[in-house]
Amino acid sequence: MIEYQTIFTQVQARGHAHDGIAMDRGTWPREGKPFFNHWLGIFGNAQIGPFYLGTLGLASLVSGGLAFFIIGMNYLASVNWNPIQMVRQLFWLSLDPPAPKYGLSFPPLNEGGWWMIASFFLLLAVMLWWGRTYWRARALGLGTHVAWAFASAIWLFLVLGLIRPILMGSWSEAVPYGIFSHLDWTAAFSIRYGNLFYNPFHALSIAFLYGSTLLFAMHGATILAVHRFGGEREIEQITDRGTASERAALFWRWTMGFNATMESIHRWAWWFAVLTTLTGGIGILLTGTAVDNWYLWAVKHGVAPQYPDYWPSVTVDPSTLPGAPK
Amino acid sequence: MNTIPFTRKLMGALALGTSLFVAACELPPQESEQNGYRGTGMDQIRSPERVDTLQALNQIPEPQPEAPKDGPPVSQIYQNVKVLGHLSEGEFLRIMTAITEWVMPEQGCGGCHSDNLADDSMYTKVVARRMLQMTQDINAKWANHVAPAGVTCYTCHRGQQVPQYVWFQDPGPSTPAYMGNRNGQNAPAASVAYATLPYDPFSTLLNDPSKIRVQGTATLPTQLASAGKPIQDAEMTYALMTHMSKGLGVNCTFCHNSRAFSSWEQSPPQRTTAWYGLRMVADLNHAYLEPLKPVYPDNRLGPTGDAAKANCATCHQGVNKPLYGVSMLKDYLAELSAKK
Repeated sequence: MIEYQTIFTQVQARGHAHDGIAMDRGTWPREGKPFFNHWLGIFGNAQIGPFYLGTLGLASLVSGGLAFFIIGMNYLASVNWNPIQMVRQLFWLSLDPPAPKYGLSFPPLNEGGWWMIASFFLLLAVMLWWGRTYWRARALGLGTHVAWAFASAIWLFLVLGLIRPILMGSWSEAVPYGIFSHLDWTAAFSIRYGNLFYNPFHALSIAFLYGSTLLFAMHGATILAVHRFGGEREIEQITDRGTASERAALFWRWTMGFNATMESIHRWAWWFAVLTTLTGGIGILLTGTAVDNWYLWAVKHGVAPQYPDYWPSVTVDPSTLPGAPK
Repeated sequence: MNTIPFTRKLMGALALGTSLFVAACELPPQESEQNGYRGTGMDQIRSPERVDTLQALNQIPEPQPEAPKDGPPVSQIYQNVKVLGHLSEGEFLRIMTAITEWVMPEQGCGGCHSDNLADDSMYTKVVARRMLQMTQDINAKWANHVAPAGVTCYTCHRGQQVPQYVWFQDPGPSTPAYMGNRNGQNAPAASVAYATLPYDPFSTLLNDPSKIRVQGTATLPTQLASAGKPIQDAEMTYALMTHMSKGLGVNCTFCHNSRAFSSWEQSPPQRTTAWYGLRMVADLNHAYLEPLKPVYPDNRLGPTGDAAKANCATCHQGVNKPLYGVSMLKDYLAELSAKK
């Protein structure tokens, strides 16, 4: 008997490989002969290919590949071209933006110049890939929801690497390309600007991020749970509500008094995801440009709670005392 | 045949893999101790196992037997006694014996003295004399940081000619000139607890501790953004603070309320002690340790040719009060406290 009640896809429908709909003139042909892969079928569609490369896709891959190559070659050079050390130190290696003294000028290659070039190609790759998500959706006659959701993530990327550094007058404000180094950057950024947790847009971004995961879990679980009643046919159930939809709605009304609908849940999810990076980008944009210390900002606006004085003896900065050492 | 379903096997493999992955962390149990207002995360987390190790490493040696204080000053008995000439002969020989045990237990007197005890030809003797002055200076001038325990040679040396934790300017790993700049960071370095933070924050911040402060002091920016403190400065400070945390075996919250690192009103009193400590270290490096550079042979100098210098770990060695706050100075007050 067919069993749907697991968290992995156990049933893989296999027919003839599907080539996709016929395309208008002016688009590239799809490449490659489609094939099936059982293991990928556990997580998604077992059919792989045919692929659509296209002008935007090809240009984006070349640009992204160049950025990846420049960053990788810098990693390799920083361990004196030793591939074993590159693997061992991979998490520590980084391509850093220019030093503050260079401002918005173009620095020498090995003092941030490589970072500038890699950033240019990375930016190009991301923008071209955005165009691809937009035009491929159009070519299929879809809405462009994916492209606009992606644009929200790009907004945060642009704020971090392009808009805010320009407003601050220095490329050094941008994020380094490294695994640990970008995390240290994040912590240092928060420390420098008086604790990012008091930035209300950061707070909104976290709320939408955690909210997104919660909605994702609730929706995924609900649909899997009503699978046996045909609940996976969400689209039909938007207009023709069946027992799966009724039961799912009833479940949430019983447990939390309110339910989304088969349609609105997808709007909830889309907006939560989009607002995560949209509000996050606003929060980063205001940091250093409009607000220099978020903790003090929160005190000024009555947001930061005040606690009883735990160490009454300590009140002064020792550097302000008469005769203090420098 | 009773087979385990595939999904269950996969889940089992995932659980096993995850537990192996986190096994690299410090093993439980950890003990936590509240050191601030409840609910604010002001806690010190310590591994009892590590505390046991540290306690074993931080036992103090037995004090030398008391020596007679009477008799003429030793400067009238021996030649070329420049720092301890006010002591009696008994006290003088007692501190020499103690220094031998603390600093040169293997080499003995010959570690610093040639056959003519008054001779200054060995560099170690010149350094030792300067270090005696430094020790007296610390106990006299830096009570804000070292009182009440005070310091002796043993606080840093622990039976070794060169203290285990000293620092030199660190040029970092050599890289090609055209590509792969490490930017003074991004290398696994013990000095900053293997973070990617700048691996030599000492040359900058222990040279001038006033540069440590990076946080904005006003709500809104008060100057052109590019003229302010860049994030790189914050990383440098973060690197030094990581060294302090590691060097003292404490969490950030030992000295700071992490919600507002710069706020003195909300900081534990230990932060004030640390503030004086940073100025003390800068002063000692400038006045005593860096100027010894011409005295040292080449093999005692760092990769860029500088003399060994002190940071927090030099004395603290993983403990928030060196030697757990046990005073060795009280047994050597005449010799190592402020010179009268």
